[in-house]
Amino acid sequence: MSGPAKKIVKKTKRVLGLFGDFDQAFEVIADIRHYKVPGITVDDITLKSPIEHPEIEDVLGERKCNIPKFTFAGGLFGFIFGFLFLASAQANFLAQPQGGKPVITVPSNIVLAYEMMIIFGVLATLTGFILGAKLMRKPKGLYDTAISLDQIGIVIEVSDEEFQPLKDTFKKHKVIEVLEESLT
Amino acid sequence: MSDTKHLTIEQTKDIDENIAWAKINTDVLRSMQNPRKGYWVALAFSMCLFGVMIFAEVWQYNYGMGDALLNTSHMWDLYISTFVFWIGMSHSGTLLSAILHLVHADWRKPIYRFAEAMTTFSLMTAGLFPVIHLGRVWNFYWVMPYMSDRGIWPNFRSPLIWDAFAITAYLTSSVLFLYIGMIPDLAICRDNTTGWRKTLYTFLSLGWRGDDAQWRHFRFTYLMIACLLIPLAVSVHSIVAMDFAMAIMPGWHVTTFPPYFVAGALYSGCAAIMTLFVLLRYFFRFEEYMTMPIMDKVCKLTFVIAMVWTYLNLIEFASVWYGHDIPSKEVLMAKAFGPYSIFFWGMMVFGSVLPFTLLIRAVRHNMFAIFFVSIFLNVGMFLERWMIVTPTLSLGYHPQAFNVMWPGWVEWAMVGGSFGWFGMLFLMFVKIFPCVSMYEVKEMVYHRKRTTYADVDEMMELHSGVPGPEPKPQQTGGS
Repeated sequence: MSGPAKKIVKKTKRVLGLFGDFDQAFEVIADIRHYKVPGITVDDITLKSPIEHPEIEDVLGERKCNIPKFTFAGGLFGFIFGFLFLASAQANFLAQPQGGKPVITVPSNIVLAYEMMIIFGVLATLTGFILGAKLMRKPKGLYDTAISLDQIGIVIEVSDEEFQPLKDTFKKHKVIEVLEESLT
Repeated sequence: MSDTKHLTIEQTKDIDENIAWAKINTDVLRSMQNPRKGYWVALAFSMCLFGVMIFAEVWQYNYGMGDALLNTSHMWDLYISTFVFWIGMSHSGTLLSAILHLVHADWRKPIYRFAEAMTTFSLMTAGLFPVIHLGRVWNFYWVMPYMSDRGIWPNFRSPLIWDAFAITAYLTSSVLFLYIGMIPDLAICRDNTTGWRKTLYTFLSLGWRGDDAQWRHFRFTYLMIACLLIPLAVSVHSIVAMDFAMAIMPGWHVTTFPPYFVAGALYSGCAAIMTLFVLLRYFFRFEEYMTMPIMDKVCKLTFVIAMVWTYLNLIEFASVWYGHDIPSKEVLMAKAFGPYSIFFWGMMVFGSVLPFTLLIRAVRHNMFAIFFVSIFLNVGMFLERWMIVTPTLSLGYHPQAFNVMWPGWVEWAMVGGSFGWFGMLFLMFVKIFPCVSMYEVKEMVYHRKRTTYADVDEMMELHSGVPGPEPKPQQTGGS
């Protein structure tokens, strides 16, 4: 869906609207999606909630998540590194009598490389989570403890002229509270 | 009459979908501040048991392994049995968290957190036993894969080093799985506490603010780790089984050992979940979250796993019997009719017969009965591990090593103390961290309420021929 061309304007405020339930918040998002709030698009929205709504992607559109790539890369690295680590350790046994057994034992190494694949897969997934979810960073933007309780928050950065129409849209859909902070 | 009807309906639901989200927060946060007195009694009892273990360890350290009555053929008697028992116990968390998560069994949500914690602390308990069994505890790092100063690596062909890899991987992964699953709840705790708790939760919640991006990444992370954890859990107990199955000792060299061990692990884990379910429900007044219908499902799941375990047990006996390997057959006969027979039959009664009581509805709906049944199921599972180890060691291939051995007080003190250590860690955890997942219970309540309303609307349309009312806002919490 192509909408009106977006003007580049300086965002001066960050606004958080708190709603009593998902439906009210989704109505606001629907209005923004249908360009009823000038200058703001659905990509500008950050939704904050106590749980993840099952249809969140239908409402906000599909957004990027690289976690499976991290998991795959970690698992692959773990398996290859695990096998090579064991093989290089076993190569030290060249100086020792092997009793006719192979120096690098594939069956047992596969068992251990499998364990390494899983542990590195898990660690890489965790890394992807911390990076993707922007955790362990200085908290940025508005937040209210009601979000972890039972309210749904919509956070949007707006310019001075966009602020009032957005506030009106929030009010139309029974916003409980509007918090704002200056970005300048 | 309407009251009676209301009560009947309530008892059939896994959870009351009308619980407000704010109440879920309040109830769970209150549990961390204000448990019943029984909690403190249980904690004190666990600490005393752990004290006994420390005393026994100091004794063994000073007077040697001989005082544990370990000898030539019985080189790892109760210590390895208890190690296997605790590794087995750890599988419950994976079952409830990962497997039931993948199959979308949402009734697991109020109880999976403590099952995950059980996994972590069971592994930490199991990990003590190889170290205790070393005797020279300061050499514990010998079990890890490192190159010694003589340039020698451990023998990678040995299942014992596989154990070190597998258990380290499992402990790390299960701790991370438990922790990641707790992050949204830690943020709730951060927002609602003060003092040292606030500092702790602020640090651990990593700046979680419930953004859509955070939830999206969280969902994928949880799913991915669940997918990795299931094969890991299976491999861990298969490898523990290989400690025995790859030896040529009679009674151990059995191909069905890995699945048999995995089934036994899930079984003892489920039984332990039942025990802890009853205790936590009482200690923290969680009657609204840890409900009878959920317990009913756990009981049925335990029964099914018990039957799988029984089948694999009988298959093992049959393959030994028809295999005509005389030493293995002698060990099997000695189990049934030898000096340890009372424990063998105890294992059969507690492990295979007692689960049939779970078919009785009155038992499944009586917390007192479930508590005792679950304890005896785990007694059966402990005896199973003991009966795998000791009869074989007492009757190997060499007649000069035939030796009936009864564990001494040091070994029993270690076994008892391990329950104290586990109990102490677990009880401390549930006091500091939420043992019911608040955000997942909110999700459960939210989804169930949506489904209920959708069903009612559909029914109205069907019966009256007129469309039902517009769906109401489904939010259960809120102002």
